[in-house]
Amino acid sequence: MLKVKVNDIDLEIEEGLTVLQACEQAGAEIPRFCYHEKLSIAGNCRMCLVEMEKSPKPIASCAMPAFDGMKIKTNTPLVEKARKGVMEFLLANHPLDCPVCDQGGECDLQDQSMFYGIDKSRFKENKREVPEKYMGPLIKTQMTRCIHCTRCIRFAQEIAGIDEIGAIGRGEDMQITTYLEKTMESELSANVVDLCPVGALTSKPYVFEARPWELKKTESIDVMDAIGSNIRVDTYGWEVKRILPRINENINEEWISDKTRYACDGLKNQRIDTPLIKTNNTYEKIEWNNAFNKIFEKIKSTPSNKIAGLTGDLTNMETLFIVKEFFNKIIKSKNLDCRSENIYVNTNDRKNYIFNTPLNRIEESDLIILVGANPRFEATILNLKIRQSYIKNKTEIYSFGDVGELTYPYKIIKNKTDIIREIIEDKHDLSLAIKNSKKPIIILGQSLLKIKSSKYVFNEIKKYLKKNNKINEDWQSLNVLSNNASTVGSYDLDINNSENFDSTVLSKIQNNEFDIIFLFGQDNLKFKKKNEFVVYIGSHGDNGAEIADLILPGSAYTEQDGYYTNLEGKIQKAYRASYPPGEAKEDWKIINELSSFIKGKNLFINKKDLDESMLQYLKLKKTKKFNDILDNQFQSEDILVDHFDYYYSNVIARASLTMTQCRNEKLKLNKTGTEG
Amino acid sequence: MLEDKDRIFKNLYNDGDINIISSKNRGDWIDTKKVISNGRNWIIDEIKKSELRGRGGAGFPTGLKWSFAPKEVGSRPHYLVINADESEPGTCKDRDILRFEPHKLIEGCLIASYAVQAHKCYIYIRGEYFNEGKILQKAINEAYENKLIGRNSSDTGWDLDIFIHYGAGAYICGEETALLESLEGNKGQPRLKPPFPALIGLYGCPTIINNVETIAVIPTILKKGSKWFSSIGKPKNTGTKIFCISGDVNYPCNVEEEMGIPLKELIETHAGGVIGGWENLQAVIPGGSSMPMLPKNICESINMDFDSLVENKSGLGTAGIIVINKDQDIIKCMARIARFYKHESCGQCTPCREGSGWMWRMLERMSKGEASREEIDMLMDVTKQIEGHTICAFGEGSAWPVQGLLRHFKKELIKRNNFNPLIKKNKNVPYLVDQHLLEKENA
Amino acid sequence: MSIKKISKIQPNNFEFNDENFTLAEKFISNYPKGKQKSAVMALLYIAQKQNNNWIPLSAMKYIANFLKISYIKVYEVATFYSMYNLTPVGKYFIQVCTTTPCMIRGAYKLVEACKEKISKDEKKLSSTSDSSWIEVECLGACVNAPVVQINDDYYEDLNKEKMIKILDKIKKNEKIQPGSYRGRKNSEPENGRKALIRT
Ligand SMILES: Cc1cc2nc3c(=O)[nH]c(=O)nc-3n(C[C@H](O)[C@H](O)[C@H](O)COP(=O)(O)O)c2cc1C
Ligand code: SF4
Ligand code: FES
Repeated sequence: MLKVKVNDIDLEIEEGLTVLQACEQAGAEIPRFCYHEKLSIAGNCRMCLVEMEKSPKPIASCAMPAFDGMKIKTNTPLVEKARKGVMEFLLANHPLDCPVCDQGGECDLQDQSMFYGIDKSRFKENKREVPEKYMGPLIKTQMTRCIHCTRCIRFAQEIAGIDEIGAIGRGEDMQITTYLEKTMESELSANVVDLCPVGALTSKPYVFEARPWELKKTESIDVMDAIGSNIRVDTYGWEVKRILPRINENINEEWISDKTRYACDGLKNQRIDTPLIKTNNTYEKIEWNNAFNKIFEKIKSTPSNKIAGLTGDLTNMETLFIVKEFFNKIIKSKNLDCRSENIYVNTNDRKNYIFNTPLNRIEESDLIILVGANPRFEATILNLKIRQSYIKNKTEIYSFGDVGELTYPYKIIKNKTDIIREIIEDKHDLSLAIKNSKKPIIILGQSLLKIKSSKYVFNEIKKYLKKNNKINEDWQSLNVLSNNASTVGSYDLDINNSENFDSTVLSKIQNNEFDIIFLFGQDNLKFKKKNEFVVYIGSHGDNGAEIADLILPGSAYTEQDGYYTNLEGKIQKAYRASYPPGEAKEDWKIINELSSFIKGKNLFINKKDLDESMLQYLKLKKTKKFNDILDNQFQSEDILVDHFDYYYSNVIARASLTMTQCRNEKLKLNKTGTEG
Repeated sequence: MLEDKDRIFKNLYNDGDINIISSKNRGDWIDTKKVISNGRNWIIDEIKKSELRGRGGAGFPTGLKWSFAPKEVGSRPHYLVINADESEPGTCKDRDILRFEPHKLIEGCLIASYAVQAHKCYIYIRGEYFNEGKILQKAINEAYENKLIGRNSSDTGWDLDIFIHYGAGAYICGEETALLESLEGNKGQPRLKPPFPALIGLYGCPTIINNVETIAVIPTILKKGSKWFSSIGKPKNTGTKIFCISGDVNYPCNVEEEMGIPLKELIETHAGGVIGGWENLQAVIPGGSSMPMLPKNICESINMDFDSLVENKSGLGTAGIIVINKDQDIIKCMARIARFYKHESCGQCTPCREGSGWMWRMLERMSKGEASREEIDMLMDVTKQIEGHTICAFGEGSAWPVQGLLRHFKKELIKRNNFNPLIKKNKNVPYLVDQHLLEKENA
Repeated sequence: MSIKKISKIQPNNFEFNDENFTLAEKFISNYPKGKQKSAVMALLYIAQKQNNNWIPLSAMKYIANFLKISYIKVYEVATFYSMYNLTPVGKYFIQVCTTTPCMIRGAYKLVEACKEKISKDEKKLSSTSDSSWIEVECLGACVNAPVVQINDDYYEDLNKEKMIKILDKIKKNEKIQPGSYRGRKNSEPENGRKALIRT
């Protein structure tokens, strides 16, 4: 502990803090532009100057380490003068165009100039004019406003792991740009919009959409991947105008991926806003009651074992639960699953399907092995954490097969299951590496869990890790990387029906063994339809609706309250920010009303009743006695990582214009190579 | 006046030859082994006793700087870096050392490297000194061939490799941490201090950085003794110094003289006096463009050493003396200097990036008489807002010369700049009056 | 310093010739292992020499790959330092120092000479395309002011007439003599030296 004095307040602080942090602890607010907790220290804006005893010059508090006996003053004329001076310089060449600047209302420069600005500009020279730079479809630049804080450069280098933004030239002509003005190749690129303290980098899709004070802000949870990033949804009336990150140090810190941020325009497009029925290959509008009636009649004439249901990748847990109840109590069928692909999962133990290492502890790891996973696209935030681990510990990272650029170096191992066998038989170099590692992380991707010998691989790796004490009280090294927001929640609610761990529902669907199929927001099913009657309940006109005979308009994740359990198994609630369009309804309501139509009785009295029942179900759920599967069949085969179409991975993203632009941009880049 | 026998740089004008034989005749590489065999404590102590202060501009005691290097070499190697970036306007002394006395520098590098326990020494030469670098490289090769440096340099048991690194036209790379950045292959943007380079410098390793002249005088000091050196000049301002006298003098030149020599004597004896006679003198910039100028009356009696100049609100800097006589437009001269700083600012931190251009533009206008009276005070404000608020001393370097001008030639500025936007209040023609400005004038 | 313009005309490819390849590797070996980035400035010089005194984009890319660093890093360095030319310059590249010490001794007269003899604007190639000129900041030869640098050499103690003579010679591709144009030895005072008296 260090003893320091800030403005005559005595303070004991931890070692290793900066003066700025010490001042904050003393309650003295320090203005800043370049300093950011998550980035390296640049000390270039000079806004944070404070007075230090015995120093004739004021010091940059963000960069100065605090030392014992230090005496700091933040409220003297010297400090005030320094700050005013810096402020005047920053404003000298900054356009005074706040009324037409998209940062207006949430601009650090604007806010701080209120405190330190001199009401009139003394700068009589011509203001600098900086040409705009192209940075891709997400980031709009207005470089004349740039105050050269270099946050964007540091973010790209340090967090996103791409060395693509820099400051060229020097002196007052220094300009921030990407190399030859090409798109930033990162799925985290738009975070620079949040980081830029002024309106130099703003959101291109959101340009001139709204002013911050006009928007309703709702706390929510992202569903674009299984991370469960904490977000804030800003709406103007019905429309979701933008999505911003919320800080959650344990999950996404303060970053979100570009898809999380920008797929939201997909909420406006391709929406189903009324019940539709297919007759003679065209869809016709139909009343809700008539639609329910259609279903009722179909069900009545169909044996329950001929009825199946598949839930979707974005479905919230309340909906999952009511669907489960609907199948149990109304349909009385067990043919309900959440898997649209035959993915191996043994839900007897929760540890078998979640990401057991907490996200915020990944950086402690010293060895990471990717098996059939591409975290960069499947879970961008997870990839960021792996990178942090690499930066912190020079963590050794391996991948079965080349999965392309991951923003950190990794060694490629032959993508064969035989290698796994070698490892568990202690015949591979990696065996030793695992044994010597204090905190190894093995990440099993969905691509792996799809192969024929997935059971073998999963269980043998688990056994091996247990044997070597890499799964213990303190450290859980085995991790499953789920790709969808609803995956873990579905497993928690036992929405899966397996025989010998294969998805029987899926294979029967694909063998055309059912007469009625319910698709609850399920848009990824691949099957050749014959005579089945398909009911699609969901928000977008996409793959699911295309094969449906009856379509019921549901809600997107921003339009209803809903719980989601992220890949680590953390349950979080997304709050309703908007309302469903047209005649669309909240998903749970549709099922509840349908039940009441069929049985004359609601499944649940209201949403609260549903919530409570679901939570109760989770609470009462016990881990079943774990039985290791014994007939783990080895089979020599390739572990191929599926191509993951990042910008098109779900219905909302596919309906988003912005995502389409990004995808095209990427295809263009790939074609010309990244040469620029 | 210094006697020739006490001059260290005997080949300053290249009367002799640069090669190793001539250099040896001038005393280079003689007794190197003996000097080093005294051990590093002795060396550092002698340098401390000689009271040698750095010749690169800041005048930091060299012996003290060397003693900051860690006593034990840890896991990270130590480096010696020689600052030959010489870009301060008015300064061209290191150039002559590089091209005419390279062996003094190389021998100094060996001794200094030994003293601070560095096995590698980089000499950072400004890119424009391409030919000087070639000569130096030739001398380095000679030294290698004669086993003076390299493995077991000069039979001392110390291994030393010397490399030249060229800059590429950036004054800021003379600042020691910017120089390190540049050496590492980055833009020359100064680093935040602390940490200081003596502990965390080149590649994160302990690094001692010295000016060419500082290092080149080391062998002679150690051979002739610290007493000899400190007997020249006056306490804390000892030894000899190369002065560069440029501008309005009859015979501009470089000359090695005693520290503390009166400025007037220096100009009159060595540079043939001010053009148009001493009476025609307007001002002198005594230490390279960064140091505030001195008006004629101070020049009459000022002595050229660190402390005397500081007392007169200026500094010895690099001892680049720029003489400005009354034929020159002093404001224009300073506007041009301001343009230099605007051009050379690295752009990293706000006050320097924004302030240097601002000062230049105001001075440009002031030289043409297009500024208002208020702006003259405002210019002072701007310099004060830069000074002390930047990452490196470039901020002072750009602000001080302007402050010097304002301090001594404010009258001149006021005389020329009476451009006043306030329309004189005239009750008879109220429609001509800008109400807003009027209010202000009345206020 | 205004931001450097990048030449519109760019060669598609750049590679060091054999000799320069060896030279580049030698420069890299001057720095510790893993610190090859330090050689970026030297490599840019080599590329500039090889390519008629200017650096095309393809060379920056080549160097980035050579040193295993990102393009933007090379680009930053190339635009930061004033001695890297990113557009073609003349075979004779004339840099006139106009900083105060040179200005006092008539540097702007030399600029006039350049304007008359080479091109009206700096950085513009002369009509015969064999020379171009720019104003530069202090060249570090102030006691020999005014100074110009032509390619690697310094020409000192000039005035307008002498400058014009030099430029005329350049036009005829005649050899020009670097050093003082007032016949003095290096940086000695011209008359009556009081120090280092020759014996
Ligand atoms: C803007 C700036 C430019 C400088 N330029 C030079 C230079 O060209 N040559 C030099 O030796 N020192 C220069 N210095 C001083 C160096 O930072 C450093 O103090 C010096 O090299 C230390 O050497 P010394 O102790 O031997 O003087 C400069 C400092 C600043 C702030
Ligand atoms: S663009 Fe924004 S974040 Fe980047 S340096 Fe400029 S002000 Fe800072
Ligand atoms: S916040 Fe400290 S210098 Fe920018």
